[in-house]
Amino acid sequence: MTALRREAVQAWLLVLPACVMLAGFTHIPAVATLIESLYTTPRGARPARFIGLDQYRALLDDPVFFQALGNNALYAAATIPASVVLALLMALAVDSRLPGRAALRLAYFTPTMLPMIAVANIWLFFYTPDYGLLDQLGGMVGLGRHNWLGDPTLALWSLIAVAVWKEAGFFMIFYLAALQAIPPHLREAAALEGAGRMTVLRRVVLPLLMPTTLFVVVNAVINAFRLVDHVVVMTRGGPDNSTTLLLYYIYETGFRFWDTGMAAALTTVLLLILSALAALQFGVLGRRVHYR
Amino acid sequence: MRRIEIAGAWLLGALWVLPLAYAAWAAVHPPEYATRFALLAPWTAANFAQAWEAAPFPRYFLNTFLLVTLILVAQFLLCTPAAYAFARMRFRGRDTLFALVLLQLMIMPDVLLVANYRSLARIGLVDTILGIALPYLGSAFGIFLLRQAFRQVPQELDDAARLEGSGLLARIWRVYVPLAWPTYVAYGLVSVSYHWNNFLWPLVITNSVSTRPLTVGLAVFASTDQGIDWSIITAATLMTSAPLLVAFLIFQRQFVQSFMRAGIR
Amino acid sequence: MHRRTLLAAAGLLAAPSILRAQAAASIGFYYPVAVGGPIPAIIDGYCQQFRAETGIEVKPVYAGNYSETLTKAQTAIRAGQGPSLAVLLAAEMHSLQDADVLASLDQLGPVDRGWIEGFYPAFLANSGAAGKLWSVPFQRSTAIMYYNKQAFAEAGLDPDRFPRTWAELAEAAAALTKRDGAGRVTRWGVKLASDVGNAQWTFGALANQAGHRLMNEAGTETYFRDPKAVEAMEFWHGLAARHGATPAGSTAWSTLSPDFLEGNAAIVQHTTGNLANVRSKAGFPFGVAGLPGKAEPRTVVGGGNLYFFKHASAAEREASLRFARFLTEPARAADWSIRTGYIATRPEAYDTPALRDYVAQVPAAGVAKDFLPVATGELSTFENQRVYKLLGDNIQAALTGAKTPAQAMADTQSEADRILKPFRA
Repeated sequence: MTALRREAVQAWLLVLPACVMLAGFTHIPAVATLIESLYTTPRGARPARFIGLDQYRALLDDPVFFQALGNNALYAAATIPASVVLALLMALAVDSRLPGRAALRLAYFTPTMLPMIAVANIWLFFYTPDYGLLDQLGGMVGLGRHNWLGDPTLALWSLIAVAVWKEAGFFMIFYLAALQAIPPHLREAAALEGAGRMTVLRRVVLPLLMPTTLFVVVNAVINAFRLVDHVVVMTRGGPDNSTTLLLYYIYETGFRFWDTGMAAALTTVLLLILSALAALQFGVLGRRVHYR
Repeated sequence: MRRIEIAGAWLLGALWVLPLAYAAWAAVHPPEYATRFALLAPWTAANFAQAWEAAPFPRYFLNTFLLVTLILVAQFLLCTPAAYAFARMRFRGRDTLFALVLLQLMIMPDVLLVANYRSLARIGLVDTILGIALPYLGSAFGIFLLRQAFRQVPQELDDAARLEGSGLLARIWRVYVPLAWPTYVAYGLVSVSYHWNNFLWPLVITNSVSTRPLTVGLAVFASTDQGIDWSIITAATLMTSAPLLVAFLIFQRQFVQSFMRAGIR
Repeated sequence: MHRRTLLAAAGLLAAPSILRAQAAASIGFYYPVAVGGPIPAIIDGYCQQFRAETGIEVKPVYAGNYSETLTKAQTAIRAGQGPSLAVLLAAEMHSLQDADVLASLDQLGPVDRGWIEGFYPAFLANSGAAGKLWSVPFQRSTAIMYYNKQAFAEAGLDPDRFPRTWAELAEAAAALTKRDGAGRVTRWGVKLASDVGNAQWTFGALANQAGHRLMNEAGTETYFRDPKAVEAMEFWHGLAARHGATPAGSTAWSTLSPDFLEGNAAIVQHTTGNLANVRSKAGFPFGVAGLPGKAEPRTVVGGGNLYFFKHASAAEREASLRFARFLTEPARAADWSIRTGYIATRPEAYDTPALRDYVAQVPAAGVAKDFLPVATGELSTFENQRVYKLLGDNIQAALTGAKTPAQAMADTQSEADRILKPFRA
């Protein structure tokens, strides 16, 4: 009994520092945000005043909010599978006996090393209409002009491409490590039994990669809601809000319009979405990959 | 079939280095060639000189370096004991607490920037490097990964050390940390690349040259009333990314091997 | 051991904030420019001169473009670490006043009426509210047209006569637009910025060109539904839709300069503050002209004023006012204008020998000043950034064809009414 209690005290002492930091900058501010969303924004001489759910009612009337939600949903639905599948293909490529695979591995990994804020400016050149790289290349094969970032039907896809480019190489490293950790005899055995390459991939390799996939998907989901650097540099949410993502809208509302009450309501919505996604991932996916 | 795969892999590789290749092109040629590609374009180092002079990049470097180091060291120091407790000790409320910790995997501090800003203002740490770092020091991701690694350490090793009279901290330090070292390397890479590239939170929390990390410095550098100048920006990009690029070039084999052994899978 | 080094490191890293709190005899100064380019060097030079003259140290912080600097300044003030003075968008006056962060001029010290009256009236247009002055003009500009004379000659236009009316501009821009065999445009006639943060400035000029003012003096009312505002929007939209002389969709401010220097746009509407940059980089003869108008030339002022913050101590406020007067001395205003292209904010600066000679040498430098009498103040309301974004979104919707110009203006007005309602007493 005393030994157990001693262990419990020790354990609490060990987890305490980390938990204090976590609570101080995640859980407590999350709750504070929730409370703040029930008040008006204090401005100058006017203090905050309790208004219940009025901020949320205002959100329901805000077309930009729904557009940001829709944009973010599309952005997530496109970037997550694309970057994960590309990462897997890249890892398979550099794991096989390919000529120059060291160089290739480095090539795939370069985007990870370049800060988004810097490469966004480079992509800005690629996307510049008429004399930008894409239009120059397109012009050679007779394609017309594209206002990549200025056309609402193209702008979000242009940002999605940048995000996939930025992330795939990073995820590749995790797949690569997992692939190299698969004992060669497993694949050889399957091959001896006459299984084709695709079959080995589907039956042996992919199941063994499941935990990595979970890990990578979690990261991809996080980034889909966290990374808005390219929006700041490339479009600032335009044209006509076609590239406004939720976190960017929060930043704009909180730090440009100084409407902290509304920003709190928006943040609460984002927190709800993320919590739901977390539950989904650890509930559904987690059970299938035997984490414990 | 095989040939198509090889061609595909190389095409993808070419696409992936294209921005870097363009940066290299624009940075070493005069501005009039920034948007035009001619084989015989003259070379110049002027863009680098101009970029280097135009902004206090050495200071930004130092800030980023201090920031990344501070975060990494503190994360290791905070996450290691917590991960051990979650992996190997029994105490009431453990599972609930762990679930609460895991919540931060999804709800990262970046989302809470408005509230976190206010907290830091209250304790007077706005516009300090410590202030940029503070929200990230407790890391659910780190605790989670290290807990996975610690659980794979054979219990017998722990017991043996205990019989030799080692205390709790000594056992963590001598038994668990060395065996989980690959996980530390893997997590370290994730953490360093995350904070080396992080932008929005540092943008919000820093005001001055003495605290701005590279990313914020680059953003301030690139946004001018006069319009964009790709030659200078690419030169600045190359200068500021070079250390990480070189480091990966040298250590890439070790990185992959650490990941492999870390069992992030 | 670990903990002690960590604490020491923490103390070291936190040091900048601690040191700042103790510093006296110096004032913080936020400045909206990217680090780099010639402007920070010029400002640094003025600060050094000021220190040599008065012993007061001015510490400039270069914080990016206008909206970034505004965000930074407000953020810092909220954290209790704000600067004593800052150059921010002149049009932000109502918002800043509403945030209750400004000190009016009479709160700084005795104000010399003669000094105030020496500024161009157009530049004081965004300074007064509630019977007080809240800012001093400094980094001021107007929108002007940069045009490629070579392209003008090529298109059979007179390179020395820039269009003065909308009809002339549309006609010239259509003639300047060049297409290759496949119908691809290789040169656009004219480009105007319509991205977030810039669209409202372009539109402010166009509305003035139609003879319309977009807001009231108090910053509580806007008039977007007015037929003249719609007409201005229709003209802009028509440059692409009817005349094919500007690209459809949104055009970014940041690429206007490269577009012009690249020969991709024959005319761009930009700030006077870009003159030095274009002069140093253009590989072709270029001209500078005032904006045209529906019937005759009209333009809009822009740029930043010096604001003073009320959290500063009495000594800091007094030092700030001294610095403001130092910056606006005729000789310095002339020097500033020559080295940047921004307009000297006081007529007397144009009487200094240096600026007189310079304008004689570089006539382009005098163009912006000559158009000041036909310039209007920038769109300026309460919740300014929100109204800017709202207008920008709707302009983009009109330009991309998602809304008709009339619809876009009507939507802007009804939403602006909602935003501004709390400020209408």
